[in-house]
Amino acid sequence: MSDLRELYQQTIIDHNRKPRNFHPMPDADHHAKGHNPLCGDRLELYLKMDGNRISDASFTGVGCAISTASASMMTEAIKGRTLDEVKTLYSHFHTLLTTPMHKPVSTDGLDKLEVFSGVREFPVRVKCATLAWHTLEAAIKDEKSEAKTE
Amino acid sequence: MTHTITSTLNPPASSPWTSADVRVDFPILTSAERPVIYLDNAATSQKPDAVIAATTRYYKTMNANIHRGVYRLSVEATDAYESARAGIAAFIGAGNPREVVFTRGCTEAINLVAMTWGLQNLKPGSTIVLTQMEHHSNIVPWQLVAARTGAKIVVTPVSNDGELDIGAFERLVANGAALVAVTHISNVLGTINPVQDMARIAHRHGALILVDGAQSVAHMPVHVGELGCDFFTFSGHKMCGPTGIGALWARGELLDAMPPYQGGGDMISTVSFEGSTWNMVPHKFEAGTPDIAGAIGLGAAVDYLKRLEMPRIATTEADLLTYAEKAMLTIPGLRLIGQARHKASVISFMLDGIHPHDIGTILDQEHVAIRTGHHCCQPLMDFYHIPATARASLAFYNTQADIDALISGLRRVIEVFR
Ligand SMILES: Cc1ncc(COP(=O)(O)O)c(C=O)c1O
Repeated sequence: MSDLRELYQQTIIDHNRKPRNFHPMPDADHHAKGHNPLCGDRLELYLKMDGNRISDASFTGVGCAISTASASMMTEAIKGRTLDEVKTLYSHFHTLLTTPMHKPVSTDGLDKLEVFSGVREFPVRVKCATLAWHTLEAAIKDEKSEAKTE
Repeated sequence: MTHTITSTLNPPASSPWTSADVRVDFPILTSAERPVIYLDNAATSQKPDAVIAATTRYYKTMNANIHRGVYRLSVEATDAYESARAGIAAFIGAGNPREVVFTRGCTEAINLVAMTWGLQNLKPGSTIVLTQMEHHSNIVPWQLVAARTGAKIVVTPVSNDGELDIGAFERLVANGAALVAVTHISNVLGTINPVQDMARIAHRHGALILVDGAQSVAHMPVHVGELGCDFFTFSGHKMCGPTGIGALWARGELLDAMPPYQGGGDMISTVSFEGSTWNMVPHKFEAGTPDIAGAIGLGAAVDYLKRLEMPRIATTEADLLTYAEKAMLTIPGLRLIGQARHKASVISFMLDGIHPHDIGTILDQEHVAIRTGHHCCQPLMDFYHIPATARASLAFYNTQADIDALISGLRRVIEVFR
């Protein structure tokens, strides 16, 4: 049960129940679709840019609690950041998810995204937490094909 | 001399047995270090000692290639391989062991029919009738053969409860169909399809029928003659046998007329650069060294199931299904996907507001193994407008205590999400 509470922290449950920025954006500058073929999760991500800075972000779709909360919290975290800052943030986030349990991991600069540290215990769920971020990469590059976790 | 494998393990079940009695035959279920409550039997079944021992015994005492050696070991291995075939044939009610072709599994058996009978008989405009509830392995091979022959695929609709619309089916078949391919039991909904009636309808309109038996052979008595089908396919690993082995049964005259599937050793009669001739059925379809240990293991698996008696397995699982569904419906927000009148022990379900993947992770923490996802049935998921389901699938060695663990696990899921 303790591992489960680590994974399903209250913040994650809350973002799953009430995802933030959960709507389509008809006037988005960038847009991409993501798909996790293993569990069927699908999401669409929308971005509005102000030069090199993400001025607005939103998403729609269906997914498990980890993928929904991750998308919701990601849209909050990237708003107002430059593309370079977002890249750094993703690399920190990825390190957090993939560092083995017995190794210490820095949570510097991750702020609220730190709640995903429990995913480390559940390697099969890492893809759920990164789906939104893969889709973000595709949206920034304006890739037409679907971002996939596989 | 026919070499039969008699095991001292798992002696004949003394008439009535309970799930708890047979559970001890399965080492993985009784391991103390790694408790597992295994409810993913539709994906693969567990293996009893008798099967593990038969496979090991082949390697330890008679390992040799088959159908080619003059020495004693090879003769013994050949006898064991062929007597496994005979046991499997008898188990499914086949008239003659030569009608049973060993394959890697159900998937390969369907591909074999598609690539031999299909390429030979389908033409531009021919129709293949499938159903909305087919597994990808009974869809994609037909798409491949349709692309090469110009045949087209039509789909029998399913009702919200998960039953096939037999009226619509007959209309599709009556429209000049060449082949029907249908699953005996749905691996998502548990629906037991009326394949006997469907075979009659197919034949009345001049079509052949393939029945995908992946989910039925281990859960109900199957007699291919009584079903009246033309092809029947299944996998060993879902019926207590090893992975990597399965079979195609087809009526002998169909097999005789079909071209070979793969070329190689064992499937030929003579080979020269001017041309080769084919071995007799079933060897014509078994090119190369087969999975000898797997076939022998599958033979032991059907012996094991025969001793338990299929009708008794079916009633044991039916009782367990009733117990499970009744208990599950006491969980707030739980919805069953698939409520056909004739249903096997496969239970797909959804929990309000909780994704199946999260259910699976939380149950795993309680050592309860269920499957979550689309179960290789994306067209069926699309029909129900759901991305995935959670699925508990039961076998005769599951107990009421296993179900109780599932139920308390599901309550835990709801607690986490409250
Ligand atoms: C209905 C059905 N058909 C076919 C298959 C394919 O079986 P295999 O993967 O063993 O070839 C399965 C397995 O999941 C199944 O459930």
